[in-house]
Amino acid sequence: MRTMTEPRAAKINNVDEIIAGLGDVGYITSRQIATAIFVAQNLTKPILVEGSAGVGKTELALSTAAWLDLPLIRMQCYEGLDESKALYEWKYGKQLLYTQILKDKMGDVLGDTPSLDAAMTKLQGFGDLFFSEQFLEPRPLLRALRQEHGAVLLIDEIDKSDEEFEAFLLEILSAFQVTIPEIGTIKSTVPPIVFLTSNNMREMGDALKRRCLHLYIPLPDARLEEQIVAARVPDIEVKLRRKLVAFVQMLREQDLKKLPSISETLDWARVLLLLHADDLAPDLIRDTLNVLLKFEQDIHAVRPQIAEMTRKARQAGDRGYAATS
Amino acid sequence: MQRPLENFFRALRAADIRVSPAESIDAHRTVDLVGYADRQLFKDALCVALAKTPDEVASYNDCFEMFFAREEFSADDGTGNRQPPERADSDAAFGEELGNVPLAEMLLAGDGSEMAAAMEQSANRVGATEIRYFSQRGYFARRILDDMGLRDLEKLIAQLRRGGTGDDGGDDSGDATDLAQRLEQGRRFLLDESRQFVERQYELYARSNGEALREEFLMETRMSNLEQRDFARMHNIVRRMAKRLASRYSRRRKHTRRGQLDVRRTMRRNMPHDGIPFEVLWKHIKIERPKIVVICDVSRSVAAAARFLLLFLYSLNEVIAQLQAYAFSDRLVDVGDILEHHDVETAIPEIMAKIGFRSTDYGQALDDYEENFMADLDRHTTVIILGDGRSNFTDPRIDIMRRLHDRSRAVIWLNPEPETFWGTGDSEMPRYRQFCHVAKTCSTVMHLERVIDDILRSYARA
Repeated sequence: MRTMTEPRAAKINNVDEIIAGLGDVGYITSRQIATAIFVAQNLTKPILVEGSAGVGKTELALSTAAWLDLPLIRMQCYEGLDESKALYEWKYGKQLLYTQILKDKMGDVLGDTPSLDAAMTKLQGFGDLFFSEQFLEPRPLLRALRQEHGAVLLIDEIDKSDEEFEAFLLEILSAFQVTIPEIGTIKSTVPPIVFLTSNNMREMGDALKRRCLHLYIPLPDARLEEQIVAARVPDIEVKLRRKLVAFVQMLREQDLKKLPSISETLDWARVLLLLHADDLAPDLIRDTLNVLLKFEQDIHAVRPQIAEMTRKARQAGDRGYAATS
Repeated sequence: MQRPLENFFRALRAADIRVSPAESIDAHRTVDLVGYADRQLFKDALCVALAKTPDEVASYNDCFEMFFAREEFSADDGTGNRQPPERADSDAAFGEELGNVPLAEMLLAGDGSEMAAAMEQSANRVGATEIRYFSQRGYFARRILDDMGLRDLEKLIAQLRRGGTGDDGGDDSGDATDLAQRLEQGRRFLLDESRQFVERQYELYARSNGEALREEFLMETRMSNLEQRDFARMHNIVRRMAKRLASRYSRRRKHTRRGQLDVRRTMRRNMPHDGIPFEVLWKHIKIERPKIVVICDVSRSVAAAARFLLLFLYSLNEVIAQLQAYAFSDRLVDVGDILEHHDVETAIPEIMAKIGFRSTDYGQALDDYEENFMADLDRHTTVIILGDGRSNFTDPRIDIMRRLHDRSRAVIWLNPEPETFWGTGDSEMPRYRQFCHVAKTCSTVMHLERVIDDILRSYARA
């Protein structure tokens, strides 16, 4: 069990602390998200984070690591990822190289052995040598387990990996240990905080879901989004911020192929800042719309309405918090 | 608190959220952690532990609100009958009788939350949360009340009505009738409350059950017998099935078989290292993308089945990139475009208007196919023919069928008729069957799913 001397355990006592702590490192979170981290931390369970691209799933893990001052170990999943790339691998080349060198020394080593049996016994010692820590190449998962003070392990886009890989993760996610046949079972002293992110490319298996807490991050409402923009792009002027958030919120009500998410809003805010814009104008929006919308059809669909939407967004900006009509 | 939580899990299960024993343990631990004091925290924390998809989160929220929304017994709903009776000073005279009937005491005490709690306990004892069918509501309402001691209450009321308690009779008979009246009001109030309570249990635990039963039934109904009003529901079922299959087969174009050394490639690759195997290559399996040709009979007898087959296949478009669809009754046309550009709801009537409902001629249709589209066929293609094989005694063109069989990877014939009908009347099925790799009866969506699953799996294995 964990002791109170660890920095991390002492840090998470209630949900408000999490909100404040993540806020300090620039991640504005809703209560649900903070609750999820709180529960995950106390039950030592991984969190499966879902939500559309750009709502800050990966960022959540990064910020948690930054806040708790833990090393972040990130594993990007892709099709064909297997345990040799995720967990550990024997340094095959090194082993081979060593055997080649050893080949020349073989005569010296075995020179005075009287019988074949004695030679075998002598060689067996070398065999074990080749499958020791020295030749072990730890990959992200193993590294995360071996961190002495815990770590934040981010398994990114788990939905892109194969089903077999998902099954293989189960042991690690539930017991925080792995078994390497030649060495034995490695168990983590301090279980890492695990985030798995998914874009819902495919349904995750039930077994995996069962072992994880599930967190769905929706697109933020105007109030939260404004806070996020304020935290991330602090230089932007208050009124403009309000207006641009209102505009993005309006965009999200359209029938678009890809709705702009937080990362797009932030990009756009940065672009506006860069252009020294001090107010939203239809022309300006028209020129920078490609920052928000990533499909030609979407841009086409929105373009005729820009003037109207700009007007509304400006009104909203003057009124106070952005309205979601 | 164990019991309510367990009941909550059951309500969640009824709402289609899977709560396994392991999850319920997690939930208990979560509750231990966060406690009950902060409702929002309690809700969010349980949500994180139990709901595993965005859909489930939505149903969780609904379910949570409904489950934990039991207010106290409401005093007044405007009509005035739903009101617990009040205690009168004269009641003291009946202390002994009332003492024997705790329910009456409780009614007179008028503590809504106490009554609600008592009702819940009784409901638990009689198993009201086990309710499954709409028709059970009256039964459970009665049983709850019986458990709460309604019979004793009724006896007491009758006794009071007869005029006092017998032995000391006389002067307090007026008070007795008054009390009887008030208790009667309480009884009606209880009846009302229990009915509402059971109603809520039904909503929580059983309603989706009915929906599930309905869907199960639809899946096994012959497609030709489906009624118009079920089509919307069927579309949903079919889409879900397609999604299930899609998630099973859409990924993994390549499948590594780690552990099996590809000796040939390893040796070749390591020639420069003097044959010392520095780089090791492993065997892997490639999974082909399915290529499917569908030929649908859309004459009246098969139209319903055709509609679902097409819907099914187009819902699978993530998996089946190359789908060609043709429909015929006497002449055969390419309907891929229509299906691609319209919703299935509008596309099917359009196809039917174009070529449906005419007399069937399989020979002509096959001839059309060979002339116009046969060139696309190769050994990676699976041909699915959906039809009853009834060709109005025209030339069945078995020769084309043979060529179809020879050129394609597999020919699968799905026939909505049961096998015993094949070969009767104008059915050419036995002759066509010779040239099919698989010929099956396919009359329900369940069959459909199974067949398509088999086809996709065969591609995965190759």
